[in-house]
Parts: sequence; structure tokens; C-alpha cells
Amino acid sequence: MEEKLTLFKNRKRFGIEKNIDIIFKNTALVLSSFVAIILLGIILVVFFQSFESFSRYGLKFLVTSEWNPVKDEYGAFTAIYGTLVTSFLSLLITIPLGVGTAIFITEDFVPKVVREIIGSFVELLAAIPSVVLGLWAIFVMEPFFRAFFVFLHNFFGWIPFFSTEPTGRNSFLAILILVVMLLPIVTSIARDSLNQVPKKLRNAAYGIGASRWKTIFSVILPAALSGIMAGVLLALGRAMGETMAVTMIIGNSNAFSWSLLSPGYTISSMLANQFGEADGSQVSSLFYAAFVLMILSLVVNIFAQWLVKKFSLKY
Amino acid sequence: MNSLYYQKRLSRNIGDKFFTSLSVICALIAILPLIFLVTYILIKGGSQITPELFTLEPNPPGDDLDAGGINPALIGTLIITTIASIIAIPVGVGGGIYLAEYSKGGPFSRFIRFGVNVLAGVPSIIAGVFIYALIVSTKILFGSMYSGLAGGMALSILMLPTVIKTTDEGLKLVPNELRYASLGVGASMYTTILKVTLPSSFRSIATGVVLGIARAAGETAPLIFTALFSYYYITGFGDLFYEMGSLAVLIYNFALEPYDAQNKLAWAASFILVLSILSVNIFSRILAALTEKTKRV
Repeated sequence: MEEKLTLFKNRKRFGIEKNIDIIFKNTALVLSSFVAIILLGIILVVFFQSFESFSRYGLKFLVTSEWNPVKDEYGAFTAIYGTLVTSFLSLLITIPLGVGTAIFITEDFVPKVVREIIGSFVELLAAIPSVVLGLWAIFVMEPFFRAFFVFLHNFFGWIPFFSTEPTGRNSFLAILILVVMLLPIVTSIARDSLNQVPKKLRNAAYGIGASRWKTIFSVILPAALSGIMAGVLLALGRAMGETMAVTMIIGNSNAFSWSLLSPGYTISSMLANQFGEADGSQVSSLFYAAFVLMILSLVVNIFAQWLVKKFSLKY
Repeated sequence: MNSLYYQKRLSRNIGDKFFTSLSVICALIAILPLIFLVTYILIKGGSQITPELFTLEPNPPGDDLDAGGINPALIGTLIITTIASIIAIPVGVGGGIYLAEYSKGGPFSRFIRFGVNVLAGVPSIIAGVFIYALIVSTKILFGSMYSGLAGGMALSILMLPTVIKTTDEGLKLVPNELRYASLGVGASMYTTILKVTLPSSFRSIATGVVLGIARAAGETAPLIFTALFSYYYITGFGDLFYEMGSLAVLIYNFALEPYDAQNKLAWAASFILVLSILSVNIFSRILAALTEKTKRV
């Protein structure tokens, strides 16, 4: 196409039309570079705002969990730990559920109409705002799981993760609501990558006598693995940045605890909670925490894109 | 001879049965809570809907008797989303036009496409933090701090990647023959884009943009410290420069109140938000399916 377009490029036109053409092109160019400007702007602004806190606490900020505006001492370890734990554990639950559901949708266990309805239903759920999920978590999920948490504590209390008495909102509930949020993402991306595996691979496997699940495990899933991995990474990025539902249900406590049954904190919930009424060096510390969150999600996202680019077009 | 028949006890057949039921269980575990969730929101929220809800201001929490309505938040959501669209749609469509029509796959356009994906992955609260630092704390907008305008800007950052992506992809689907035909009869590039390629991909772009708007309408994190919240009616243009309520922030604030009346208001607001977002989604899905069918014929 490019070669043919250059044919037209050098043709003479009336002045005005030519100018409009050039203006139009350059406007589009400027508008498209807005993305880069905004992205760089976000990184720079958050970095410079966090500079005061960064120079004062350095990397110690990342490993201490003192958060005391009165004494002016800040460390975000609890929040960083909470962000990582809630996102990784929720992914650990979501991956088998999501991929299992995706396999169910792409195989022919039930008629195509049913599968399509299930598929689009799952996709619709990705559209539900997270604040509504948080509301649901507070009033429906928390009472529903209360007995289960007491049971966990009574029987598995010797494991550090269940060592505290469950009292209302806690990290475990945050993990569960994250699972509800991530399921649509993982399921729909896994379904798309399973669908993209060429039919002939499946037929070849069936042809040499592999059973259905032998085919799925040894042929289909490995072929779709890169797509599924990219989806999982995108979901991880979402989980780390997810704010509202987690803030509403995690209990928001900066006291560090190994236990999932005690209230916790994530970086985003800390921001949501404290940013409005913070002042002085607390603001800078919050920006520092925001910077950490941004770097985490940038790394995950860029890695996901790299994975897609590297492994797509394999077939 | 026997080996030609299906044998239940064969280990591979038992394994197959096992994994099949496992995937059915996965699907059930995944889908059932989601169905419960939607029905619960629709029933619980739907039962709170009254005509006064749409006309009254919410009463400040603490008054346990009557919570009032959600009129300011409803209007606020409409205004803030409109502001976000006014910013994000021209910028996004323009950027998408450049990527799809002008760029030749060089480093610049690759960088921008990469940036679009990265921006789409930036946590929504970071957009709020950014606008807070840039606009709220600097009082750059005529001395106003928290404002509906700032909220709209924060939301537009979240909408922008969606709009660019749908425009870029929608334009790429337009067959090149159309462009050649238009250029061939002597039209310039901008005429070709405005009169031929954009109109022919209008539906897919519009669908994507509308879905992006619906998504932005439910975003809360960027608004909680840019637009903040307000209990009062929006009366005029000047209110753009003051704190502005929105359905999403209302749900967040009132869900955490200990009073039942406020909680009910949060459910009602959720009902309205979810119902409108879902109906936009379903409608655009049906529209997409219909166009797909007509194309096949």
C-alpha cells in the first residue's frame, strides 16, 4: 500500500487543500503523541512528587512497616506485601478455575449455543464496576464466609496464614473478591487463545489415538500457553492495581500480620484511604508508594506484551 | 475384537471422565457466584428504586430516618463522563487515525502502540494520583481544587487507550481497495479518511467508544480525590469547578457508612449503574452480532 500511496504524494494540488491535508496529518500526529506525553507525564510527576520521601527513606521505605504521620516515619512494607500476596494468591485460585472454564467453553461438552451464552455472560461480568463488587463483598460475601473463616482458624490456626481470630473484613476476602474480578479476564483470554489453536493439531492428535484430555494436555494447552500466560499477566497487573473492591473489604490496617484472616493493606487501598486527607511528608510518602505500584504494574504489563510479541504467530 | 468397543474401565477413559467432570466443576464454580452476584444486585438494588430517588439530594449520613435521593450523583456521573468523553474521543480518534492511516510501522508508531497498551495497564488510581498532583494540588484550574472537571480529566486518561485502540483496529479492517478508489478519483488523504474510511468503520469504532464510556462511568478510584463528592444539587455551569458527586463515589462512601438508610442508597445507585452498563454492553453485543450476520450474507 505504501508504494502506491507515494505515487499520489508528489502530485500537485491546490494550495488550500494541500495545506488542510498537511494540517490534518500533523494534528493526528500530535494527538497520537499525547499517549506518550501522558504516560511519561504520569511517570515523571509521580517520581518527582515522591522524591522528598525517596531521598529521606531510600529503599528502607520498602522493607519497614512503620506508618506514623505523627512521628513522620513511613515504610510501606505492609502495603507492598499485601499487594503482592493478594494478587498472587488470587491468581493462584483464578488460573485453574479460569482455564478450566475456558476448556469447558471451547470443548464440545454442551451445545454451542449454551457455550456461547456462558462465554458472553462471563465477558459481561468484566463490565461490572469494582465498587459494586466491593458493596456486594461487604454485605453478602463477608457474612457468607464468616463461619468458614472461624472453621479455618479453629482447625488450621497453627499455620501462620490462619493464625488470627477472624473479625470481619480481612485479606482473605480481598483475595476472594479479586478472584471474582479476575475470572472474566483469564477465562476470556484463555478461551480466545484456545480457539486460535489450529484444528489440524487437534485432528492429528485424535488421529494417532490420543484421548480427548490427552490431546488437551499434550497438544492444545501447550500450543495456547503463551496466550494464556499473557492473559494471566494482564490479570496480575489488574489485581495489583485494583483499588475499590479491595479497599472496601480488606479492612485497611497497616499492622503487619502473616495471617490472611486479619485486616491488611494494599498500596492502592492505602492511596484510596489516605490520599484525600494527607499533608506534609505523608503526601510524598504516598506518592512513593504510588510509584512502587506503578513500577510493579509497568513491569508486569511490559513483560506481558513482550510475551505476546515473542510467542504469537507461532502457528 | 473386544478392543474395538468403548471400555469404561480403561484408565484413559476413566481419566477422561475425571477431567471432564473437573472442568464442568470449574465452570460451575466460576459461573454460579457471578450469577448470584448479578441477580443479587438487581433484586436488592431494584427493590430500593423510588421516584424520589431521582429527584432528591442525599441527606448527610447520621440521619437514620430518610436517606434522600441520588439526583446530584446521577447528574454528576453524566457530567464527569461527558467531560471525559469530550477530551478522550477527539484525542483518541485522532491518534488512532494517525496510527492506522499515516504511520508506516516505524519506531514512532510502534512506540505509540506500545504506549497505548502500557497506558491501558496503568492502575486507575494512579490516574487519580496524577491528576491530583497536576491539577488539584496546584489549583491550576482558576484556583479550584477538587472539581468535576479534574475528575473528568482523570477518567479521560482511562478512556484514551480504549478509544485509540478501537479506532486503530476499526480503520485497519477497512479494505484498502476503498482507499485506492478514493485516492484514485483524486481525493486527498484527509478527504479519503473523513469521507470514506472513517464512515465505513464508524460502527465498530462507535461500539468500542461506547463500551469505553460505559467502563469509565463505573470507575471510582480516579474520582475519590479528584472530583471528591458533593451532597448538593448541581445548579449551573460554575459547579464544574467545585466538588462533584458521582454514582460510583456515592456507592463507595455510603457502603462504608454504618447506617442502613445510606447502605440502601448505595444499593439503589449500584442498581442504576450496573443496569445501564450491562444494557449498553448487551445492546452493543447484539448490534455487533447483527452486523456480523449481514456481512456473512
